[in-house]
This record gives sequence, C-alpha cells and structure tokens, in this order.
Amino acid sequence: MQQYPVARILDVCVEAGRVMLENGAETYRVEDTLYRIAKSYQLKYVNVFVIPTALILTVQGDDGQDHTELLRMNETITNLEKVSMVNDLSRQLAARPLAPEIVIKKLLRIDATPLNFNRLQRNLAIGLSCAGFALLFGGQFIDFLPAFVAGTLGHYLFESVNKVTNVSFFAEMVASFFIGLLVVFFTSVGFGQNVDTIIVGSVMSMVPGMAITNSFRDLMAGHLVAGVAVVGKALITAGAIGIGIAMVIAFL
Amino acid sequence: MFLEYLSLFGAAFLAAFGFGVLYNVPSRTILASSLSGAAGWIVYYFLSVQVETHLFVGAGAASFIVAFLSQWCARRFKMPVIVFAIPGIIPMVPGGSAYTMMRMFIEGNTSSALTAGTETFLISGAIALGLSVNSGIVQAFSKRAFDIKDKRYLP
Repeated sequence: MQQYPVARILDVCVEAGRVMLENGAETYRVEDTLYRIAKSYQLKYVNVFVIPTALILTVQGDDGQDHTELLRMNETITNLEKVSMVNDLSRQLAARPLAPEIVIKKLLRIDATPLNFNRLQRNLAIGLSCAGFALLFGGQFIDFLPAFVAGTLGHYLFESVNKVTNVSFFAEMVASFFIGLLVVFFTSVGFGQNVDTIIVGSVMSMVPGMAITNSFRDLMAGHLVAGVAVVGKALITAGAIGIGIAMVIAFL
Repeated sequence: MFLEYLSLFGAAFLAAFGFGVLYNVPSRTILASSLSGAAGWIVYYFLSVQVETHLFVGAGAASFIVAFLSQWCARRFKMPVIVFAIPGIIPMVPGGSAYTMMRMFIEGNTSSALTAGTETFLISGAIALGLSVNSGIVQAFSKRAFDIKDKRYLP
C-alpha cells in the first residue's frame, strides 16, 4: 500500500533522473537508480527507458492505473560529485522511504551545490593534464610547457565559445583551430620540438575518448540505443577537432 | 629505466588529476582517484610497450586493475565506484587515436585512418571489458548477491 500519491513519487524519480543525466551519469546508472527509487516506494511494474537526451518512466499504482512521465534533456556536463550524491540519496531511500516533498528539496539542494574549483583552477588543471598527455604520447620534456599553455588557452576558448553559441561542434572546431595555430607558432620560434605530439596533447581536453569508452560500457550493459547514440556524438566531436587541426596543417 | 617510469607515472598522475578537476571529483578523494589512474597507466605501459603484448591485453588488464583499486577505494572512502574509476581510466582512453583517425580521414589518408580507428575501438572495448569483468566478479562473490533476487538492471 502506498502512503504517497503516485504522481508525487514520479516527480521525485524524474527529478533525480534529471540531476543525474545533466551531470553526465551513464544511462545504465540512471536506469538502475530510478528503478530502485520507484521500487523503494512499493510501486509495481516499473519500466525505465533512458537515452542520453531523454527519459521515460512508467509505473503502476495500487489502483491499477498506469502513470508515465517523459523528460527531454539538452545540455550535459560531467560532475561526478552530484552523481555520487544522488546515488547516496537513492541508497538512503531504499533503507527508509521519505516523503516526496522532502526528497525533492534534497535533490534541489544537491543540484545547487557549487563546483569545487573555480574557472581559473579548472583551466590550469586541464592544461596540466594536456601537458601530461603530451609526455604520455612520447613527447620530450621540452614539449611540456607548450602543451600546457596551448591546452589551457584552448580549453578556455572552448568554454567561452560554447557558452555563446551552444553548438559544441563549432566550439570544438574553433578551439582546435586556435590550438593548431598556437602550436605551429610555438614550434616555429623554437618553443617546443614535436608539433604532432604537442597538438595531440593539447586537444586531449576535448577529444571524446571517455565518451567512446562509456558507450562501449553502455553497449555491454545492453543499452543499445544509448551506446550507438553516444558513439555517433563522439565521432562528430572527433571530426570537428580533426577539421580544425587539418585546416591549420593544410594552410601552413 | 626507473627515471622513465617515474616521469610516466607523474605524467599519468597529472593527466588524471586534470580531468578529475574538470569532472568535479570530490576534493577529499581526488588524490586517490589520480593515483589509481597513474597505477593503471603504468600497468598498461609495462604490458603493451615493455612486454609487447597486444594492445587489447594491456588495456584490458590495466582497466581491470583500475577497477579493482576503485572498488577498494570506494569501500575505504564510502563513495561510489565511478568517482575513482572514471579519472582512473582517463590516461588510457583512446582519445589520441580517435583524433588521429578523424584527422587522417579528412586528409584523405584512409589506410592510416582505418588503423587508428581499429586501435580506438579495440582499446575502448578492452577498457569497458576490464571494468565489466571486475564488476561482474564483485557481484558474483558479494554476500548480498545470493539473497537479492531483484537484479533487473545489471551494470
């Protein structure tokens, strides 16, 4: 017997799913969490369908009535802290179901959690990461600093353009074009040695290696639509970066 | 030799750390997350460059080890596994070869592009397989698994 109206419980589930999807959780994790939350409120016949841009949830209440909600998503960033907080919340609910209003308030508080690092720190850290990748791809120590500078500035430009236009394809192309120009300039004045290594390191902040790996995990977990969709997006992203760099290499 | 490994360890640590900051890993676990990434890369480098096994074997074994370390850290810090596993596999993910594939296609160099593409999909498949095998083993051997019938959405 349910203590709460089915529509309120559905609101809780969809809100939790929105927070998780907006912060870059994998689709199987979202499905699993929503299924567990719905089950912890004693709902029957729970069916969840999640793809990276949408979420459908159908449950049946005690009166035999089916309830469905659909949520359409657009922008996603990756924020593992919020994903882990929602995960913890779903575990708490499995142990002891709370009133839906309280859960919605907790979810809103999770959604309003500020980032741990400010923009300057994030860009400097991603620059360090790019410099590390330049070493991992077989660069010399002389390639470390140019990759750091190009990676930091390139990611800063990517974030700025992405905020203005909202078309990530365009932002990636512009940023990688800028990175290519910068690296060719650096090596021509003798700052850094190997053009290809520095370029690969500097664009690593944007390339979709993580997305391809995640899509394989989705495919292995049986989420075929989500897996294929993420591979498609990753190929378009890689294509944008490739076009940006190829323009520089072709014209210089 | 030792110095080479030390510099690679440092580079992989930096790579994982930067992505940890970008992905907003909780600040009390960011060191552990980056260390698991560095350890995974060292295993990958040892297997695929020093011992010269296939890339698939190296990436699979390394991601298995990353997943194992992540499970251990997840118990230790009481956090979900992905907080450690995602920064952990960052140094290995085939971003470089995905980019090389697209760039070679655009420059009209199709055979190099196909080589890089094969490498991309093999490595990402191996990483995903390593993570899945580890979580499968953990689920099969955990004590709870025997009395929970309701395992509809396996990871």
